[in-house]
Amino acid sequence: MAKVLMKGNEALAEAAIQAGCRHYFGYPITPQNEVTAYMAKRMPEVGGVFLQAESEVSAINMVYGAGGAGARVLITSSSPGISLMQEGISYIAGAEVPCVIANIMRGGPGLGGIQPSQSDYFQATKGGGHGDYKLIVLAPSTIQEMAELVQQAFHIADKYRNPVMILGDGMLGQMMEPVDFDILKKEENKIEEKPWATTGMGTRSKRNIINSLELDPQVLEKHNIEIFKKYQKAAKEEVRYEMTDCEEAEIILVAYGTIARVAKNAIELAKRENIKVGLIRPISLWPFPEEPFKKTRDHVKAYLTIEMSMGQMVEDVKLAVNGQKEVHFYGRVGGMVPEPMAILEEIKKIRGKK
Amino acid sequence: MAVVFQKTKGLTDTPFHYCPGCTHGIVHRLVAEVMEELGVLDKAIGVAPVGCAVFAYEYFNCDMQEAAHGRAPAVATGIKRVHPDKIVFTYQGDGDLAAIGTAETVHAAARGENITVIFINNAIYGMTGGQMAPTSLIGQETLTTPYGRKPENNGYPIKMCEMLSTLEGASYIERVSVYDVKHVLNAKKAIKNAFTAQINKKGFSMIEVLSSCPTNWGMSPNEALKWIKDKMEPYYPLGVYKNTLEEVKQNG
Repeated sequence: MAKVLMKGNEALAEAAIQAGCRHYFGYPITPQNEVTAYMAKRMPEVGGVFLQAESEVSAINMVYGAGGAGARVLITSSSPGISLMQEGISYIAGAEVPCVIANIMRGGPGLGGIQPSQSDYFQATKGGGHGDYKLIVLAPSTIQEMAELVQQAFHIADKYRNPVMILGDGMLGQMMEPVDFDILKKEENKIEEKPWATTGMGTRSKRNIINSLELDPQVLEKHNIEIFKKYQKAAKEEVRYEMTDCEEAEIILVAYGTIARVAKNAIELAKRENIKVGLIRPISLWPFPEEPFKKTRDHVKAYLTIEMSMGQMVEDVKLAVNGQKEVHFYGRVGGMVPEPMAILEEIKKIRGKK
Repeated sequence: MAVVFQKTKGLTDTPFHYCPGCTHGIVHRLVAEVMEELGVLDKAIGVAPVGCAVFAYEYFNCDMQEAAHGRAPAVATGIKRVHPDKIVFTYQGDGDLAAIGTAETVHAAARGENITVIFINNAIYGMTGGQMAPTSLIGQETLTTPYGRKPENNGYPIKMCEMLSTLEGASYIERVSVYDVKHVLNAKKAIKNAFTAQINKKGFSMIEVLSSCPTNWGMSPNEALKWIKDKMEPYYPLGVYKNTLEEVKQNG
């Protein structure tokens, strides 16, 4: 199959199917409705299950059931729907059930709007549900990368028995770009045995229990510590980022997802005025890539974080820079998108400072 | 020496944590015996609720998943859609099934999800210490209705069997009780019918069991059993509310 022109939401769905996902549970919400429509049509063709649940609350619990029963399972939604799923996500992480969750973000808070946003960064990377747990969060910036990260997400979810979140925005979900599914890593689509899954005992002598309840505080503490050992491993092995023009940069932009593409346009504008600007694009938002900041913080004047939020990822940037250089922020919200010219103006403001 | 009685293989050796006189133990055993008799223990996957039966996964001798409060039918749906030929059941109380999980219950039934639901109706929240349940009777005193349940403040108790039997997707719905031997034996027959409906791929089946909670009702075990018969049964009439099983119809 050569390149095909697809919406981000459709590429997300197709990539999941090619990764061996045969179970999808969802509930309609804009701007991710193309995923449900695509899955409703495609799943029966590949002998899979598409089920429209009565709510996001129910859908995420179907995912918990199906993931616990051993299936590669996908659920997608947008911001308000993802809020409704937080209880289920906490249980899934607590019970160590793998699954892939995609949030195609829209503006909030509350019902907000249906235009693109990045204001669920905190919810995705810092928890969202109750208790100590983490999601591994991947943020694609092109539709090709969407397809690649969705495939990796299933592999990572199985590897750590933990939910993995794809964090995109409405723009990425809605726009069309060419995608080549042939170049995707097929070996990652191999599904390993899951001897822990609830499949019915058959000839197995031990019962399999999927559970997050533990009333003995000593045992529950041990369970938390074990889960965090996985997160330590993920923090070493699952860091992903891209660096552009950082070597000689005076100012480095930090942006993820669609906004990293806008930032690249701002870098081109700056070049014309002989201003050396670089870009750090975190691809894994958790684990957050600290290395590119260690590599650059000695020679750079300042960092400028660009987000479609009131300033969320900028807190992780500050932690990574660790007070050694200034960290600035520029954001637009509610569905408004930062423009390259406006970013250039911010760069000039920072340069003007003594 | 001849064996005249032995424990069902459907239960583990873990001792029940239930209060003296509570009927959960009876219903656990009935479900376990039915699964053993139908030969489905090796392919059964159960879903435990939040409530007094939260530890059901310790007792049923089969694969189990523990659900969040009220979500058992959604979790069971996910499992069943992955393993359509396995036997999937939930075991839920009245708060779990008829309050916080009403949507999950109704829509699992409406979809005709081929699962079996065991519904323990004891008209009270047991685990949290005796609050009003969606099925608490009018006038019933609980922690959160200390002056008795009043319709003007708390509305009316929900009749789940009557509600769900209006749905096309429901295949077998029956309300039973366990306040005496005769009713225990009948409850077992009903549970067997519900699992049989699932084996025959008929769709959603539910058995509501009128049960006792002596601890939170403030009664002796015997008084509690009498209360089921005298107070609960008139409001919640026993019987078959929906039956699409041909063989059961023929047997009367």
